Amino acid sequence: MTFFSNIWRNEKSREIIVQIIVLFFLGWFISWLVMNVNANFEALGKDISFEFLFIPAGYDINQYLIDYNNRDSHLRAGIVGLLNTGLVAFFGIILATVLGIALGIIRLSKNWLASKIAYWYVEFTRNVPILLHILLWHGIIINTLPHPRKAISLAEVTFLSNRGFYIPKPLTETGIELVYLFFVIAIIFSILFAKYCKRKQDLTGIQYPVFWINFSVICFLPLIAFFISGMPVSLEIPALKGFNFRGGMHMSPELAALTFALGIYTAAFIAEIVRAGILAIDKGQREAAESIGLKPSKVMNLVILPQARRVIIPPLTSQYLNLTKNSSLAIAIGYMDLVATLGGISLNQTGREMETMLIVMLIYLSVSLSISALMNWYNSKVKLVGR
Amino acid sequence: MKTKMLLAGVTAGVMFAGSVLASTLDDVRARGKLNCIINTGLAGFAAPDDKGNWTGFDVDFCRAVAAATLGDADKVNYTTATGKTRFTKLAAGEGELLSRNTTWTFSRDVDLSQTFIGVNYYDGQGFMVPKALGVKSAKGLDGASVCIQTGTTTELNLAEFFAGNNIKYNPVPIETNAEAQELYKAGRCDVYTTDASGLYATMMSFDNPSDHMVLPEIVSKEPLGPVVRHGDDQWADIVAWVLRAMMAGEEKGITSKNVKELAAKDNKDKEINRLLGKDPLQGLSKLGLSPDWAVNVISQVGNYQESFEKHLFPLTIKRGMNALYRDGGLHYIPPIK
Repeated sequence: MTFFSNIWRNEKSREIIVQIIVLFFLGWFISWLVMNVNANFEALGKDISFEFLFIPAGYDINQYLIDYNNRDSHLRAGIVGLLNTGLVAFFGIILATVLGIALGIIRLSKNWLASKIAYWYVEFTRNVPILLHILLWHGIIINTLPHPRKAISLAEVTFLSNRGFYIPKPLTETGIELVYLFFVIAIIFSILFAKYCKRKQDLTGIQYPVFWINFSVICFLPLIAFFISGMPVSLEIPALKGFNFRGGMHMSPELAALTFALGIYTAAFIAEIVRAGILAIDKGQREAAESIGLKPSKVMNLVILPQARRVIIPPLTSQYLNLTKNSSLAIAIGYMDLVATLGGISLNQTGREMETMLIVMLIYLSVSLSISALMNWYNSKVKLVGR
Repeated sequence: MKTKMLLAGVTAGVMFAGSVLASTLDDVRARGKLNCIINTGLAGFAAPDDKGNWTGFDVDFCRAVAAATLGDADKVNYTTATGKTRFTKLAAGEGELLSRNTTWTFSRDVDLSQTFIGVNYYDGQGFMVPKALGVKSAKGLDGASVCIQTGTTTELNLAEFFAGNNIKYNPVPIETNAEAQELYKAGRCDVYTTDASGLYATMMSFDNPSDHMVLPEIVSKEPLGPVVRHGDDQWADIVAWVLRAMMAGEEKGITSKNVKELAAKDNKDKEINRLLGKDPLQGLSKLGLSPDWAVNVISQVGNYQESFEKHLFPLTIKRGMNALYRDGGLHYIPPIK
């Protein structure tokens, strides 16, 4: 008896015992949940099986980044959907970030009109549910743009209609390798040049216009190679054939609407995060930077933003996660993302709700965790290094 | 103390989960209402009228089952479901009956553990286009954008038809009929495809129905019918025979007008007597129904013909395949004896 009471009185062993008990109940609860699902499935005469993933899906998908036709498996249809989710999340994050940072900074501007416009933008967009944004943008695109036969054209090579945006598609021919090679050389040169300039500046204080020099090199070097090798790129120009345009590159109204809606909605939140980050920096920092004669743009880029970044990154990460997860509302306008393919049509054709939903949930979880991991890595790079 | 409460909660949960399933008929009687799963809105089949009451061909069938089992056709709770959610809702017990123009296929019958109890409407997938498009045949749709209602057999038929005819198309999958109509009207799609009955229903809801046309090709067989959960044969039999009673009504000339009169007298056709409870119908007690079940169905809802003409004639849908066998249609019911 005293042995047990001694264990209980010892703080260390008591902690361990309590944790074991909690863990035991947690495990019990989870296994009960699993058993409950199994029992109910058995009562319904259903089993859990993932074999459906390998039978032909049978349906078509209107946008695929990897080859797909309706004889491919449900698994491949799911991957096509996942890539579509990734595509819209990628475009959405770029748009949201650029717009959000710009708005956050404008909101703090001393210009009354600019700051008020940013203020109203933020208040209006973030207080309207994202689904309405998506439906609104989709409605605007398909109702205001003309039918393909009356498409708005730019120089007869790009076309805008309610079926989307068509631009010429570059087709590479032999000789393109030289252009790629020169591009790689230009990139390597830029990195080395930037390092050289940094060292030079550290040593002597002399500044070079690094950005403009590198920008020109990266642009012109491949361009020279392009002409040397006899212009090995031809354009596939979209042309109206039958009901729709054929050829060229195509951005569907659904992808465009979703990108705008997600980007513009999330930008409002990012603007607030950026504003908060900048305001978190003591104004002495700005005053000190100004007093040594830095231009306002330098003050922002060299002094304020690098410090604000530490405050901004963690909440920014959760905005990126939100945007990616919000893209699952794509189903509302018929954009075939992961939820619409594997979690929608495949679910319905096979009747495997449990299995498809489990897979979709696990995929969203792993996508979110990877974005989170990436941002945490970036955060650890920019955070204050203790010396 | 907290541990005890947790234990009590978990035990209660286990006991609750383990409760045995009662028969579907008992559940419905105990509740006093039938839970029926219907379309979110398809004119003629299931749509709210100007007073907000659900009405339509599929709704009538819910009412008929309620009339047979509860004696009152109005004792129905309606739950709406999209093409995607309907089977899940049925399986989860949100309704005892799925009456939502659902196509009977092998996989759905066998693999999804639900029971199709018959066909109340023979349909087929068609295409609707604006007349201005100048298309006369579905084979002329190369490159068209096609709006599809997702979660249906439609997607597979479409893929097979276009692949079989080597035609390229651009599918635009939409969740509900209402949204798909909007996209079609806005010109996002050149074509709208679903079951032909749905196309007519949709077309009639437009401002100018005559600007649109249904193409002659019917690309699939779509036998539509009510569905119940697998495993309760008594309930499946009840639903199946309610449908047959409505068709028998048409076959024998029993209508909502004359059913009371026919039920009161001794008819020469003994099948009418058995159906309306004048003569004993062997086995009826096993279904748990009262002898006046069919009288309730036909007097409160009407026979098959009445329901069809009331809801589908306004959509310019003809009887066609849905006539009785003796009129050149496909409906042929087993004898009631």
